[in-house]
Amino acid sequence: MSAFASHYSYWVTVFLMATGLYIVIARGNLLKKLIGLGIFQTSVYLLYIAPGKLIGGTAPIVAEGFRVYSNPLPHVLILTAIVVGVATLALGLAIVVRIREAYGSTEEDEILAADRASGGGG
Amino acid sequence: MIAGQLPALVVVVPLAAAPLVVLVRRPVAAFAIATAACAFSFFAALLLAAEVAGAGPISYALGSWPPPWGIEYRVDAFNAFVLVLVSGAATVVAPYGWRAVAAEVRRDQLYLYHATFCLCVAGLLGMAITGDAFNLFVFMEIASLASYILIALGRDRRALLAAYQYLILGTIGATFYVIGVGLLYLVTGTLNIADMAARLPAVPDLRPVLAALAFVTVGVSLKLALFPLHFWLPNAYAYAPSAVSAFLSATATKVSVYVLLRFYFGVFGLPLVVETLPMPQILLALSIVAIVSASLVALWQTDLKRLFAYSSVAQIGYITLGIGMASREGLTAAVVHLFNHGVTKGALFLLVGGVALRAGGAGFASLRGLARAMPLTALGITLAGLSLIGVPGTAGFVSKWYLVIGAIEAGRWWLAALVVATSLIAVGYVWRFVEAAYLAEPGPATPARGEASPVMLAPAWLLVAACLWFGFDTSFTVTSARRAAALLLGGAP
Amino acid sequence: MSDAGLVGAALLAPVLGAAGIALAGRSPNLREAVTLASAAALFASCAALLPRVLAGERPALALFEMLPGIALAFRVEPLGMLFALVASTLWIVTSVYAIGYMRANEEAHQTRFYACFALALAATVGLAFAANLVTLFLFYEMLTLVTWPLVTHHGDEEARAGGRVYLAYLLGTSILLLLPAIGATWAFAGTVEFAAGGILGEARLGGATLAALLALYVFGIGKAALMPAHRWLPAAMVAPAPVSALLHAVAVVKAGVFAVLKVIVYVFGVETLAGVRAADWLAPVAGFTILAASVVALRSDNLKRRLAYSTVSQLSYVVLGAALLAPLATVAAALHIAAHAFGKITLFFAAGAIATASGKTEVSQLDGVGRRMPWTMAAFAVGALSMIGLPPAAGVLSKWFLLAGAMDLGHWVAVAVIAASTTLNAAYFAPIVYRAFLRPEAAGGREHGEAPLSMRAALCASAALTLAMFFAPELPLALARALEAR
Repeated sequence: MSAFASHYSYWVTVFLMATGLYIVIARGNLLKKLIGLGIFQTSVYLLYIAPGKLIGGTAPIVAEGFRVYSNPLPHVLILTAIVVGVATLALGLAIVVRIREAYGSTEEDEILAADRASGGGG
Repeated sequence: MIAGQLPALVVVVPLAAAPLVVLVRRPVAAFAIATAACAFSFFAALLLAAEVAGAGPISYALGSWPPPWGIEYRVDAFNAFVLVLVSGAATVVAPYGWRAVAAEVRRDQLYLYHATFCLCVAGLLGMAITGDAFNLFVFMEIASLASYILIALGRDRRALLAAYQYLILGTIGATFYVIGVGLLYLVTGTLNIADMAARLPAVPDLRPVLAALAFVTVGVSLKLALFPLHFWLPNAYAYAPSAVSAFLSATATKVSVYVLLRFYFGVFGLPLVVETLPMPQILLALSIVAIVSASLVALWQTDLKRLFAYSSVAQIGYITLGIGMASREGLTAAVVHLFNHGVTKGALFLLVGGVALRAGGAGFASLRGLARAMPLTALGITLAGLSLIGVPGTAGFVSKWYLVIGAIEAGRWWLAALVVATSLIAVGYVWRFVEAAYLAEPGPATPARGEASPVMLAPAWLLVAACLWFGFDTSFTVTSARRAAALLLGGAP
Repeated sequence: MSDAGLVGAALLAPVLGAAGIALAGRSPNLREAVTLASAAALFASCAALLPRVLAGERPALALFEMLPGIALAFRVEPLGMLFALVASTLWIVTSVYAIGYMRANEEAHQTRFYACFALALAATVGLAFAANLVTLFLFYEMLTLVTWPLVTHHGDEEARAGGRVYLAYLLGTSILLLLPAIGATWAFAGTVEFAAGGILGEARLGGATLAALLALYVFGIGKAALMPAHRWLPAAMVAPAPVSALLHAVAVVKAGVFAVLKVIVYVFGVETLAGVRAADWLAPVAGFTILAASVVALRSDNLKRRLAYSTVSQLSYVVLGAALLAPLATVAAALHIAAHAFGKITLFFAAGAIATASGKTEVSQLDGVGRRMPWTMAAFAVGALSMIGLPPAAGVLSKWFLLAGAMDLGHWVAVAVIAASTTLNAAYFAPIVYRAFLRPEAAGGREHGEAPLSMRAALCASAALTLAMFFAPELPLALARALEAR
């Protein structure tokens, strides 16, 4: 019980990771895939940030009366990762818009069928 | 003064060129800035390689924050070699893009091509040069995002879908990598690669380390298109603009191979990778399947670009096969093939791009009688194709030689037999082109007589000449590869 | 000129020739003049090297470091000298013949033809002078690749099929077997340089390992056409006659047996092989090839196909001579490289001349052709004598040495094979000569005379060389004996 409870942030992480990956793989809609990808990436943010927090720790500013600090590095890293994630999502959405313009659909199977119909290999 | 800043400049110059190009916008100026930035990086990479060869590894503390706290750029014999390959390929492809991309991309968007090209180059160079695991992730994403855009620029609408698929799989790969790095950070408390390697043996609990190894392996393998994680590659290379196919096939997968090698031998270490986990066996098995299946699939392609894309999957198999041998000869073969295949495939895609531009596609119907319509292009594809087979006198032979020697010295005769037997499949797919180009009568789809523009032909032939040159004079490639292998295995060069 | 300079000149002459041919493609006369000039330059370089090699020098040239410890290097020793001399002499003759043949038959792609021909000679000379296995392998593969356009010259379905078989066998065997063999040699011996007495003796390998390695080599060198790796040679007969004559009777096939001989003498070392009896299996295999190919030749009605199988059979004489591992037999093997070359090229020249003048390609059509083409058929008869091994043609020399070597050893199987094959040779060559001169011509045939003058001149010259080698064998014998002396 205690191992489960004290590591609950990991369980959340793993849950989000699996959920995100499942959506990416199982969904045929290009937009939903991107949403899954976003959830998947979010789980990683948690993975990094959670261990940086110490119970009772504060922001790492040297001051009287504070001896326990949280690790600031993961926060900085994840700030970068969030930027990367946003950029990926934006680019992904832009490509989906273009795909919709070109094919008139955002469903993967319809797009593949359209390609097959136009004579190209898959 | 400048010389001391070279490790930073080699990345920063193309990185800074990208926004500059966006500001300038005019196609000619954009082209000039991009090409100059690539050429500068190439020059800087050569200087760095020379310095490393003479004086040993260079450590550069970014912003003067000393490692392991700050980000360290670390240049050694191995990544100096990779830097030369990436910046060299960029310098050759950049001028090619002048005519080739202009024909495939809208004129008002041309500057965007040049800007993203610079970003891609900067990202790949950054991946190679950085000594910080998280910084590597950031550069990996810069390079990846840029390459998704570059692929999406292809004329065919299928390029969009290819870019999307690559985006999904590439992001999953990068995220897996960053999960692995996160686990390593949790157990070692550092992100500096060298520092990580030093602290890892003291870690009491092996399980998170093994999990990290698994995540990094899968993540990077997605990026380098190791079978069965290669599904994004054929479409991406087939539908991207030719300049992009050439550049990515020469560099993107190769840098990922570098990352894999760096983590296997520079972080996890030989005992963990070889003894605790059966990584070599896994890599060997996957490589063999990759080589055989992708070569066979290549044999049946009806489009030359797709054919070469599948051949890339097979050739990457040869590289990972060398890694899987986990011996000095095997690693030499892997590193030398990384370079040689980059040069060979770069040449092939550039030449095929010329055909596609003149004929409106690279299907086998438009290759009939190509030797008469475009004699230099056909000859170039044939010569680079020989390098793909591994005929002596071409760069490909050197790689094959080391793979065979590595297999024989390890007593694995079956592996040597496999390497040479699969070369014969390459003979099959290269000869399909040769027969079509030289023996078939020109058909209705064959382009009219006339070569591609000289600005396209010259860079392509430069690479073809390099294929031949590095088959005869291997003092640069093999010496560098042997140094890299020695470095990875931790012995004296 | 310095030693290295001469070796370089011999290698460069045909390469520059090919470049010149490509540039002069617009003007046929100039193009053919370039061909003849580069053939003459190659011959002059080889002739200039000859006295030095006979004097015991070994002119050498090292270029690049291809792989660490393995250079692209050349070293002219007697056997290579003999081969290069034969090939360069016959290139001149063949060029004269080819000019007549290509013009009379109005062949297409003549520039490509002459350029690839010159490159094939460059590869042959490089192979003959190679100082190590990797250099030899490089030129071996180059020879396969540059002769492929010659084999598929006609570009039709038959040529394409022939070209596929050609590539499949030659590239297949060399990549699949020869490359691993060279790699294994490097792994065992730490060197791939050709050296007197061999390089594998130090490694102290067991008999079984050596035998397996030898098998990799002799079957990997598919150009030696040892059965079952012989199928490419008949397939290559789709090529124009000059190609069959010089390349598939001299340069390419001799490159094969030359490489086998060189590997046995300079890589394994005759004593090393004899010590553990690792080559015992080779003589029976060669003997089988000699007889089986002769039987196939006997049953072939197509003249070029008959000649091709005769070549397969004759090539195995060289392998047999090398496999016996006795000094006299080795000399015989070296001599046979030259003797068979002169005779067989004459036969192919004649076959090409007959096809050009009369359109006849089958043996059964040749009744009375000797009366219309007396020069051609007289030369054919000389070539046939050489094949059978009768004086006054060159073939008797090498056969004599081979027989003497086999008898010295008491190797009665080899003696029996030689005797049987001589009978078979007579059985498939004599009827052709008989038909041509003594049988009446079939009614309704086409009126024709001799082939064009340049073709006739070439085939008479090669027939004269076949006779000359019998009457004045000093030079080839001296080169071959140098092999025995070491």
